[in-house]
Amino acid sequence: MKKTLFDKVWDAHVVKEMKNKLQILYIDKHLIHEVTSPQAFNELEQRGIPVFRPEQIVATADHNTPTTDQHLPVKDEMSRKQLEQLNKNCAKNNITLYDLGHKYNGIAHVMAPELGITQPGMTMVCGDSHTSTHGAFGSIAFGIGTSQVAQVFASQCLLLEKPKSLRITVNGTLKPGVLPKDVILYIIAKLGTNSGTGYFCEYAGTVFEEMSMEGRMTVCNMSIEMGARGGMIAPDETTFDYIKGREFAPQGEEFDKKVAYWKTLPTDEGAVFDQEYHFKAEDIEPMITFGTNPGMGIKIHENIPAEDNASFEKSLAYMDFKKGQSLVDQKINYVFIGSCTNGRIEDFRAAANYIKGKTKADHVTAWLVPGSQQVAKQIEEEGLKDIFEQAGFQLRQPGCSACLAMNDDKIPEGEYCVSTSNRNFEGRQGQGARTILASPLVAAATAINGKIIDITKQAV
Amino acid sequence: MDKFTKLTSSAIPLAIENIDTDQIIPARFLKATDKEGFGENLFRDWRFNKDGSINTEFPLNDKTYSGSILVAGDNFGCGSSREHAAWAVQGYGIKVVVSSFFADIFKGNALNNGVLPIQVSPAFLEELFAEIKKDPTTLIEVDLGNQKITILSADSSEDFDISDYKKTCLINGYDDIDFLVSNKDDIEAFEGSRA
Repeated sequence: MKKTLFDKVWDAHVVKEMKNKLQILYIDKHLIHEVTSPQAFNELEQRGIPVFRPEQIVATADHNTPTTDQHLPVKDEMSRKQLEQLNKNCAKNNITLYDLGHKYNGIAHVMAPELGITQPGMTMVCGDSHTSTHGAFGSIAFGIGTSQVAQVFASQCLLLEKPKSLRITVNGTLKPGVLPKDVILYIIAKLGTNSGTGYFCEYAGTVFEEMSMEGRMTVCNMSIEMGARGGMIAPDETTFDYIKGREFAPQGEEFDKKVAYWKTLPTDEGAVFDQEYHFKAEDIEPMITFGTNPGMGIKIHENIPAEDNASFEKSLAYMDFKKGQSLVDQKINYVFIGSCTNGRIEDFRAAANYIKGKTKADHVTAWLVPGSQQVAKQIEEEGLKDIFEQAGFQLRQPGCSACLAMNDDKIPEGEYCVSTSNRNFEGRQGQGARTILASPLVAAATAINGKIIDITKQAV
Repeated sequence: MDKFTKLTSSAIPLAIENIDTDQIIPARFLKATDKEGFGENLFRDWRFNKDGSINTEFPLNDKTYSGSILVAGDNFGCGSSREHAAWAVQGYGIKVVVSSFFADIFKGNALNNGVLPIQVSPAFLEELFAEIKKDPTTLIEVDLGNQKITILSADSSEDFDISDYKKTCLINGYDDIDFLVSNKDDIEAFEGSRA
């Protein structure tokens, strides 16, 4: 039988099939962080169950960590306690932790790929919905709730029904200035925020084949924003080149053996998907969102559509936008470049490329938050730090930061923030804050101009 | 986990689509290391005005409405995987959430905490909203055994889906950990076969 990439990886991890469609699925790697793990550790302790495979778990501190003065004790008491709890739990259960300040610390979904922990053909989970990011390597990776974190602690397995399969194919050549973020925002705007619910999505076609690993991660990261538990891209030479030589990647002969296996993973010609969509690369333009879910996106020069729907109107009222309005020339006071969606080196290169030799508008507060310590180091080594500082941007320390504003990086009430993160939900970046999602290029251009500009009119 | 079999209650209507988990429980309340107290902050930024006063227009604060069933618009629970959203719903005293569509992760999290998510047709959801509007005390009966939800005043009902396994778990208050741990021999054999 012809199989999809998803089938091949899934089927290789089924421990046991139950009679009621449920399957026990084996999990290769489990990433944990401070926010969604403490209750799972408590659960196990209360039941007297040990952590089954601690060596397959990697922990990082990312969600509530400060992005300044990380060498000092964390000021916020609740955050500090949560981080201490992660420390204690990891020490007690022999789990590797990349704590605040560690050279490998960073957002789980930035840190694991760059260390070579993420590999094709794996199953990976984390108590975070953006775990879908790792699917960029041809792994099955998805977010889980805390009860499931406890299940994986206890058994290294989950009890699941196999999701349906979906393929989104984008062929052609992207226009200049169109980044991977625009591709995924375009897809979600076309299909809607719940189009992928119940599915695992494979992204195929020349656009993804030609994309860097960083770009593929941006795309897979936002699969959950259309409801899909995970996104996947077939592993190829780009994938193998990226992994080769990384800290925890297989080395030497072992690597070659793995590559031979990874090459068998791509979807068989003629394999059938439950659902398919096709888009043309040439139709995609730089995107921005105008509402309070990631599906409410438009091409940057388009006007906000006029929908007669109470939820749509509630959303526009929150954003203080009107139907038919253009967002070009909209004054913006805050810009955030970072997150597990766009906090990788390539994102900062794209921003720096635009920013170089320019200065940000006076009224703009522009935060740059690397996704990991390694990205921060690269920013410095490549000289991007100087470009950012000369332009008046604030380069902060790694973490999830203003993507979800659990730490002090909050956008004030009523303010607009052009953000490279993944969610424009009400209050996501701070109570009453208004988020406009965009690519690192659009975010950088907004900071320089102090307003949203039609980037397609500039040579980029 | 609490057991669930049957429930008859009035309902609280929340006719908003795409209610995400950031609304159900905002991120700033995710710093606890236990499961207690999240109910107090359910829909925090919709229940309270900016000055901290109670938003009396919000259905959960509107004395007209009461009960342990929440009826919500399409695509409830989208966004983050935070199980804190399910803890908040449960902690507030909600035992059933009805919508025409649920996001995957929330649905699973709810079931793992003894909260029953019931997916109904868009037409039945409209009828529910209309009946509650007409009479906020209207009673809704949820019968998990027979997988049936009924608007008693309108004598209108609809069957709903739930996996047999999850149904058994809810009725008995079991969860997946017990089941998975009981399969440890198979799991170890699987590991051995891959080595």
